[in-house]
Amino acid sequence: MTDAKKRLSEQLLGLEQLLNDTAAKHPHFAKRLQERNMIAQIKLRDDSLGRYYIFKDGQVASESGIHPDADAMVWFDNAETALAILKSDRNQLEYISAIKSFQMGMPGPDEPKLWFWETLGMMVTAPITYGTDMGDGVTRYTSNTNGGPVFVYVKEDKILRITPIYFDEEDADPWVIEAKGKKYSPPKKATVDSYTQAWKSMVYSKERLLYPMRRVDFDPNGDRNPQNRGISGYERISWEEALDLVTSEIRRMKRDHGPGAILNGSGSHHTWGYLGYWLSLRLRFFNQIGFTPVDHNPDSWEGWFWGASHHWGQIMRRGGGETYGTLEDCMKNCEMIVFWSSDPEATSGLYSAHEGTIRRQWLNDLGIKVVHIDPYYNHTAAYLGGKWIAPKVGTDVAMILAIAYTWIKEDLYDKKYVADRTVGFEKWQSYILGEVDGIEKTPEWQEAETGVPAKTVRALAREWGTKKTYLSPGGIVGFGGACRASTGPDWARGLVMLMAMQGLGKPGINLGSLQQGAPVDTRFYIPGYSEGGFSGDINATANAVNLYQRMPQLASENTVRQMIPRLKLPEAIMEGKCETNFTDSKVLEGQFFEYKYPAPGHSPVKMYYKYGGSHFGTMTDTNRYVKMYQSDNLEFVVNQSIWMEGETKFADIILPACTSFERWDFSEFANCGGYIHQCYTQVNSRVAVLQHKCIEPLGESRSDFQIFYEIAKRLGYGFNFSEGSTEFDWCKRLFDGTDLPKAVQWEDFCKKGYYVVPPLPENRRDPVSYNWFAEDRAKDTPEMFPMPGDYTEEFPKGLQTQSGKLEFESSSLKRYNPDDPERPPILTYIPSWEGPHSTDLLKKYPMQLVSPHPRFSFHTMGDGKDSTINDVKDHRVLIDGHYYWIARVNPEDAAARGIKENDLIKVYNDRGAVICAAQVSARIRPGVVHSYESCAIYEPVGKPGESPDRGGCINNLTPSRMIIKKSHGMAVNSCLVDVAKWDGKETVL
Amino acid sequence: MKKWHMIIDVEKCEDCNNCFLACKDEFVGNEWTGYSAPQPLHDHRWINIHRKERGAFPYVDVAYLPIPCMHCKEAPCIEAGKGAVIRRPDGIVIIDPEKAKGNAELIASCPYNAIFWNEELALPQKCTFCAHLLDKGWEMPRCVHSCPTGALRVEHVEDAKMERIAAEESLEILYGELGSRPNVYYKNLFRFEKCFIAGSVDAIKNDVVDCVEGARVLLSKDGATIAETTTDNYGDFRFDGLTGDGSSYAVVVESDGYEAKTLTVVVSDSVNMGNIRL
Repeated sequence: MTDAKKRLSEQLLGLEQLLNDTAAKHPHFAKRLQERNMIAQIKLRDDSLGRYYIFKDGQVASESGIHPDADAMVWFDNAETALAILKSDRNQLEYISAIKSFQMGMPGPDEPKLWFWETLGMMVTAPITYGTDMGDGVTRYTSNTNGGPVFVYVKEDKILRITPIYFDEEDADPWVIEAKGKKYSPPKKATVDSYTQAWKSMVYSKERLLYPMRRVDFDPNGDRNPQNRGISGYERISWEEALDLVTSEIRRMKRDHGPGAILNGSGSHHTWGYLGYWLSLRLRFFNQIGFTPVDHNPDSWEGWFWGASHHWGQIMRRGGGETYGTLEDCMKNCEMIVFWSSDPEATSGLYSAHEGTIRRQWLNDLGIKVVHIDPYYNHTAAYLGGKWIAPKVGTDVAMILAIAYTWIKEDLYDKKYVADRTVGFEKWQSYILGEVDGIEKTPEWQEAETGVPAKTVRALAREWGTKKTYLSPGGIVGFGGACRASTGPDWARGLVMLMAMQGLGKPGINLGSLQQGAPVDTRFYIPGYSEGGFSGDINATANAVNLYQRMPQLASENTVRQMIPRLKLPEAIMEGKCETNFTDSKVLEGQFFEYKYPAPGHSPVKMYYKYGGSHFGTMTDTNRYVKMYQSDNLEFVVNQSIWMEGETKFADIILPACTSFERWDFSEFANCGGYIHQCYTQVNSRVAVLQHKCIEPLGESRSDFQIFYEIAKRLGYGFNFSEGSTEFDWCKRLFDGTDLPKAVQWEDFCKKGYYVVPPLPENRRDPVSYNWFAEDRAKDTPEMFPMPGDYTEEFPKGLQTQSGKLEFESSSLKRYNPDDPERPPILTYIPSWEGPHSTDLLKKYPMQLVSPHPRFSFHTMGDGKDSTINDVKDHRVLIDGHYYWIARVNPEDAAARGIKENDLIKVYNDRGAVICAAQVSARIRPGVVHSYESCAIYEPVGKPGESPDRGGCINNLTPSRMIIKKSHGMAVNSCLVDVAKWDGKETVL
Repeated sequence: MKKWHMIIDVEKCEDCNNCFLACKDEFVGNEWTGYSAPQPLHDHRWINIHRKERGAFPYVDVAYLPIPCMHCKEAPCIEAGKGAVIRRPDGIVIIDPEKAKGNAELIASCPYNAIFWNEELALPQKCTFCAHLLDKGWEMPRCVHSCPTGALRVEHVEDAKMERIAAEESLEILYGELGSRPNVYYKNLFRFEKCFIAGSVDAIKNDVVDCVEGARVLLSKDGATIAETTTDNYGDFRFDGLTGDGSSYAVVVESDGYEAKTLTVVVSDSVNMGNIRL
């Protein structure tokens, strides 16, 4: 016997004792051993060595040799591999490599072998304790949400309270910025958002799904009654029945229809956590079975993606901009901030609770003036004051052109910068001066379009042209409701041009609103959710960028080459075909490719496995989605959801998932990675969080991991799905994939639950974004994109444009289609296709609807669910026992229609009608209705899809037309409606 | 003895609702024996955020006023409670959840409308200043703990110290005329209780209408000038802190090279004077 074999033999013998000893020490492990009576074999592939373990009534015995009929088996190709893999601190790369190289294997049914393999792993984790004892039987755990990290106080498996985290003495102090002779530092805590503060009420919501259900008139072996989806009720079934049915339908789809028949989609926002996020385990699961994904449009970026990117590149940021070091630069050098369609106080920037709120309190002290351009006197304006300029919805481009006109005429722009760092200015200038179309784009000209007095625009242009100015487009750079309109691509293009004229990247001249670019340590690696967690998917996520190497895992790839663009899902299902352009976030030209469904040689989709229920509230013209569900082209619909809401009640089978407070996960505050690389520069202190399993799942609900795992095991993919790691094991693997092990012990991290990444000393802070560009230096900000092949003259100098410069005339648009009437290479004024120039439609629907991202929910997260958010006065209003969504109208418009505060009103057009509570407010421009998108509740008063909705799905009203023809983008803010008092009687549209 | 006080800065409140939701988080579904019975999931507003919009498009502002129990030194609810309401030595007013059962009169006794009726338990309920937490060493109640802007803060100080703070920071009392002597103080109540006059000055120069920056604007009442300001680069001016009692004011606008203009404004609510052409 070789040395290695001898050692393995001893180790296998020792394993028996280790199992029993661990059980003796740790009751939860003893309980685990009692789950099964079985025989598990570990052996070498050639049968030259082996030992089998007899699990019986919680005890483990073992025998040397090969059992003829073991329930579970693990083999290793040789003793050396076995020794390496069976180590308690095995190297994960060696483990993954052994699996991929067939140096180990686990034949046989998934269930017993995975139980055995996970049990071995649990010996390692058994001693770990977590949470902080607070006395009186109360334990304080940690969790994380899309609105900030939290402490969770639990007593007897019940959540008592959820609070923001105040850092303790051990935690790092936040950064200090010295500006204008004073020192500024944020408080030593993490803030939370409203929808985070309301989480307890969502955990214990009466809308929670607590057991699997089947639609009463759905018979998988008989009449399926798809026409009754959304109408008929449900009955409780067992998990066995539900999972067996879903599994058999997956098999049937593949057998009867072939690749592509199974469709899966999810909302854009799941409960927080890198293990459980939709870009992680959902992909890992669906890649195993092969599926047609629902392809997302860049819903918060639209105009930046389809427009601005062609003038400054940055397509990997979906056309948005980088923001390194801008907080300090803004505080030190800037004199004015222009918030343009920018309400960070409503949207928390993105994911970052009220971290920026605190900093914006410094503006006054710093003597930085603010201007707000928005048809609504938004919450940032209400909070900060300053000048409010309210253009008609979707007319902003005219104002942009008039500002440029004033700068040209009055010599208020940076001519040297324009000469050195941009191309194509003369051509644009000649358009602005009227040399192309005979129309000078004067402030007076824009007044007719925007409704904003010429004198105001001239005053703004003069101030902007003489003060060092930051521009804040959207809640974070590259967002903003104005980009989600038919004129959105032009709006975003225009803002890039204005910055190009003023010298983007010079001190005090940049993008932002103290929301991003805080001097946290960007060199400390923790992945964001879009790095795909344990998806193993290097195509559909940013897994390949870093995490794939940092956390070795099995690669997974979808075998189906078909997808359905999200905004055309109803057409794909009901008409059987659709086409759009690609949402390619890697290279500029990717979006020029056109896509057709169905893909060649693929089955049209027949089964929809939906994850959550958000689309009625978040997509466009959403009565289409309602009708889609009633199509018999969908043979089977399963919805995996936490709550009964939105689309969930249109499924045939409902699988109840638990919340992130009832399972393990790992994440960082405000780190999404990928398309908002280093998104966490919005927070004051970077916080990594172990999301403790605070309580057991409610009722019969299960974690998404467990649900997918159960189906995977039925299909034989169990090991491919979990790699033999439990959810807790995956948290450890994620932790090991970060820089955290250099700073904190795993055991300590588990106990305390969070770690604050210390800020860097002042001399190691990141350089200011675009400063390198302004000074024509190599890019020195810490991001890897664009990819080397996208540089023109020299890597890494210049932007991702053909010229490497800011382009007033876009090279990529010239190459693609210089005659595109919707997107010519030079920015021109093209009025909205549904707006003030829609003469005929205006007679019927004279008001413009603006529907920004909501303030008190994160998309649908937080709304409905009988949560305490519904009691927030500016979110919903309780009228006659029903919580109505709010629509805001100006007193003039209200008076003309006899509408008073809290009247029930119908907001309507040809696409639908939504019943809302009226808020009569001078904060909204006359002629405009303001109502947030993304309500979670769909509650038709009559037939679904054909009657007014009193749930509040304002997207019932928005157009399904693509933002521009050559795109896959939504123009929700190009929407004409009217409002009227609701008589409570109408039940049809 | 130190007493608990709350200071609420109206200008720092942005209606994020964290205070309101933290209160629900702490009290809904939780019984704090000796302090409070569970708060119902909906309807109750133990800290009630009111909204006030002033002005007319496009010269508006908006402010928020959170109103918790005022923990009055001479709390009317104590008398109405007939022994069920006590004021603790630390200043916190508590409705005993056992003794107050069925006493619906308590609701009307509070001039701040801070007491709510729990239908299910037949119990009047209100903010306890999270006394159950403070008694265990917490440094602040949940509403303050979750407030991100510093709009809410606590002072746990002796009466004399609190009087000093109130004087130094010019703290105000909400509805002071009621005389119940709250332990909750406010800053910048003018955003809620007072009115403004706003307008914008322009003039025709070289055939174009332009904003007039630096125009002198005088506000007078009964013939006496009471305030003076200058227009900004948008020609905008504003006088704030006026009582909306229907008084008549004269607004005089002067700028070099133009004839002065005098306009009369009646202030019963905030006024947007619109454009003033010189």
